[in-house]
Amino acid sequence: MTAHTKGSGLKWVGRAIRRLEDPALVTGRGHFTADLLATHWVRFVRSAVAAGKITGIGAPKDAMVVTAADLKGVKKITPLLHKFNYRPVGQPILADSVVRFVGEPIAAVVGLSEEAAEDIADLVDVAIDETAPLTDAREALRPRAPQIHSEAPGNVILEGRHKTPDFDAAWKRAAKIVKLDARSHRQNATPMEARAGHAAYDVSTGRITLTCTTQMPHLMRTAIADVLGMPESDLRVIAPDVGGGFGQKMSLCAEYVVLVWLARKLKSSVAWTEDRRENLIASFHSRDQYITLEGAFDKNAKLIALRADIVANIGAYSCFPTTAGMEPLMAMAEMPGPYDVQQYECLARGVLTNTCTMAAYRGVSRPVITFTLERLMDKAASAFALDPIDIRRRNLIGKFPYTSAMGLVYDEASYKETLEMAVKAIGLPAFRIRQKAARAKGRHLGIGFATFSERTGYGSPAFAARGMDITPGWETVIVTVDPSGFVEARIGSSPHGQGLRTTLAQIIADEIGVTPDVIKVVHGDTDTSPYGWGTFASRSLVISGGASLIAAQKLRIKLIKIASHMLEAAVGDIVLENGMAKVAGTDRSISIAKMAREAYTQTHRFKGEIEPGLTETGTYDPPGTFSNACHVAIVEVDVETGRVTVEKFLVAEDAGKIINPMIAAGQVHGGIAQGIGNALLEEIIYDESGGILTANLADYMPPTAHEIPEIELHHTETPSTNSITKAKGLGEGGCIGAPAAIVNAINDALSPFGVQIDEIPATPQRIRAALRQAEKTA
Amino acid sequence: MKPAAFIRHVPRTLDEALKILAQVAPHDGRVLAGGQSLVPIMAFRLAKPAHLVDINEIEGLDKIVSDGKTLSIGACVRHGAFHKSVVDNPLGKLLSFVARHIAHYPIRMRGTYCGSLAHADPASEWCLTAATLDAVMVAKSMRGERLIPASEYFEGIMATALTEDELLTQARLPLLAGDTKFGFNEFNRRAGDFALASSLVTYRLQGGKIIEARVGVGGAEPSPRRILEAEAALNGQTPGEVVFRTAAVAAASAIDALEDHQTSAAYRRDLVRAVVRRALEKSST
Repeated sequence: MTAHTKGSGLKWVGRAIRRLEDPALVTGRGHFTADLLATHWVRFVRSAVAAGKITGIGAPKDAMVVTAADLKGVKKITPLLHKFNYRPVGQPILADSVVRFVGEPIAAVVGLSEEAAEDIADLVDVAIDETAPLTDAREALRPRAPQIHSEAPGNVILEGRHKTPDFDAAWKRAAKIVKLDARSHRQNATPMEARAGHAAYDVSTGRITLTCTTQMPHLMRTAIADVLGMPESDLRVIAPDVGGGFGQKMSLCAEYVVLVWLARKLKSSVAWTEDRRENLIASFHSRDQYITLEGAFDKNAKLIALRADIVANIGAYSCFPTTAGMEPLMAMAEMPGPYDVQQYECLARGVLTNTCTMAAYRGVSRPVITFTLERLMDKAASAFALDPIDIRRRNLIGKFPYTSAMGLVYDEASYKETLEMAVKAIGLPAFRIRQKAARAKGRHLGIGFATFSERTGYGSPAFAARGMDITPGWETVIVTVDPSGFVEARIGSSPHGQGLRTTLAQIIADEIGVTPDVIKVVHGDTDTSPYGWGTFASRSLVISGGASLIAAQKLRIKLIKIASHMLEAAVGDIVLENGMAKVAGTDRSISIAKMAREAYTQTHRFKGEIEPGLTETGTYDPPGTFSNACHVAIVEVDVETGRVTVEKFLVAEDAGKIINPMIAAGQVHGGIAQGIGNALLEEIIYDESGGILTANLADYMPPTAHEIPEIELHHTETPSTNSITKAKGLGEGGCIGAPAAIVNAINDALSPFGVQIDEIPATPQRIRAALRQAEKTA
Repeated sequence: MKPAAFIRHVPRTLDEALKILAQVAPHDGRVLAGGQSLVPIMAFRLAKPAHLVDINEIEGLDKIVSDGKTLSIGACVRHGAFHKSVVDNPLGKLLSFVARHIAHYPIRMRGTYCGSLAHADPASEWCLTAATLDAVMVAKSMRGERLIPASEYFEGIMATALTEDELLTQARLPLLAGDTKFGFNEFNRRAGDFALASSLVTYRLQGGKIIEARVGVGGAEPSPRRILEAEAALNGQTPGEVVFRTAAVAAASAIDALEDHQTSAAYRRDLVRAVVRRALEKSST
């Protein structure tokens, strides 16, 4: 196979080998859900109205139109949280008498082609008695606001409160209180491949195979079987190649439940491919938050207490499995970020509105809280007449393990070191000179810093702290050397772009002395991969990587035992490398392929001392580990138009032991691209009637290659003691730090004008409005 | 996102096309050229034409002809045809400069000049060229041929003087005097997006003073048009920062700004001021 995976004497871990999954993907040979043909095609009729009562559904004669009335016995999607005064609300699979957001599925139309289904859907007439919608979380909190769900009075679905015992005393001691009202507008994760599902009935077994674009096939199986009341063994879920997920594909969507129901009913195959408009209005949204943050600083500009009021617009329903608590509770738990502050008061509320349901999007609340906290630090720096670096130096955590005001335990990291690396690499003094010269010519450059912690690779104890009814965390990997000497690793994670087929192969290769190209990582099929939680939350490399290491270590022991038997040498003298077992210091060796054949076909020779076969299983459930980074953005603000151009982006990152530097860099680059969208461009906008104004990619604007600057990446490695591979996760850091760094840079650029931008995206319209206001008052 | 069913007609001659168009126009028939606006709208089912008259197979419609006075652009001339100068005249350079701002490369390989004019999106760069340079549109139907000057052609957002049975067979742009200066600038959120405001300016110099100034503004009002107040601020003046700024301010205050949820009238005026000034600055470099 490919020459770049050959080599001897070197460890595979730590090398930037090319991704084993790429040849198929870049030559158009990937398998995607929408490639599958079906007998029947589904189109969903969605609500054009944000709030109201369904008074009638008129369908064309002879058309197959499924509505809530047909789905008798199908349960609602009702995720549970056993804490935080959570009010369980149920989401009917198809809207049952009430509609709660524009885009909510009301009926499923079945046709013999996608076009035919869409034609029929156009003829379905839904009569709705409209009521006034609530799209803004603050509006929904007003007294006497309409109730979205009767189960959640005041539209509050959950409420997290925290106050450390000495908070009030610390507050009183403050030399300065710095306050910030931050607003993060709503976003869509916008995977390149929108949702798609294909459910096929097997006439021989009666089983259904659901192929869909999911990040967690096993949990989809569990959840759909639950909702439909069918044996889980009658359902197989396959996640083939998945064109990006970013969290949007980890929640259960009602549409997939309908597909499985239809395949069982029709005893046939049914398929649905979401279009971009549906994805933008009716797939999951995120990041719609108001945060008021106050910091109490002592006279040395040391943060001594932090107070946060977090209002998260969670939409019309609670997402399964993570629940509506996902954003508000993560914001509450991780608000103090990388700073040493022991006194903390927080009120975090999840608020129901007539908008699309909130679910995970890369970074979850952390892009928002990092933006908020980093704006606060810059404001505090101004208040104390310090530079932004100085105030961070005074406040970053430096001693480990560190227990936060929320009780989170931070493992060894490099908050201060990465800040210093970034400051040095960006050349701050030279930038200040350039900035001054540019200002004299009417050009406004700015620099912004963001330091943050990124909690990654957390197992079931961390999830259990949230009180979720479904507590994910661990992962299992089964590694087999087959009789031909090739290796198969079956994993419960479900990579969809993260490069796990390569990085897990690197980890396994080092243990059992083979090259990564003989290792196939098998995933995304509930029939062939062990139960696992899928890929999300920057967890897979840490947790599946750890499970791979455990399984491979066991396999190594067995291979050595077999080699010792076949080579008649002591176990301690056997070395595994380059596909061979060797007796150290001799020329005696045997290939792993030969040993593998023996392990299956000549087991009688082992005389019962070695079990037949060559399969080992590893399961790993770690406590979690914190990556960290410092992001620096240099921007130019065109004050005439409000346009922001990101001139340069620099990252000093620490994700522990790096398994594959190229893949790590790719994760950071992709995250920053999304962070730039978050900071400057992307916004889902609802109008007064609850309709979405940004239902295509001309109006909802992810960045293009033109908007992404050069990204300079620096790494340092603080090996984690909370991860057996020493690796930390880094899938989300790029988008966590970028909005904060960019908005701080914008504010630095605009400092001569006395304006403050505390809202993302910082659109040219908003920047000009602030400048116009400043021009007026000047 | 599949279009509703339609019948596609593929005439081989212009006469045949006009005949079919006359028949299908009353039954929701539309002309298909490059399809870069119409097809997405059909995919969203915002338009459901029952008939499409595909003019791509008609010979001769992809010609650009100059007779020394006028540049005639045929109905099937693609945006990409203008990547290089099409005529040895400042107009060729102008169109080439503007063409590179239209959407993205693949779109420029299919979309057509006349298609843009027929679609009449307020933000269209080609509509701005037609309005600023006072193009003449040639509309043909079974009823005959009409010449429509730009000033009477644009009737609002995606609205023109063309009737349903008329095919825009040509747009005619006047060649420019050899010493014409021009500048173009537009503002969009991302590279290739619809412009939130754009400006095309041309003028000549006589004894160091501006004459024959044309200041076109697009994307800011329902249709692109010349802003006479800005032109008046330029004519007779020596080009320079102050004059350009004055003209830009005149343009900004003259427009009846389009507003939407994100873009206030005040912001649209900010942008008009910026793009007019920048187009003027570009013209003098």
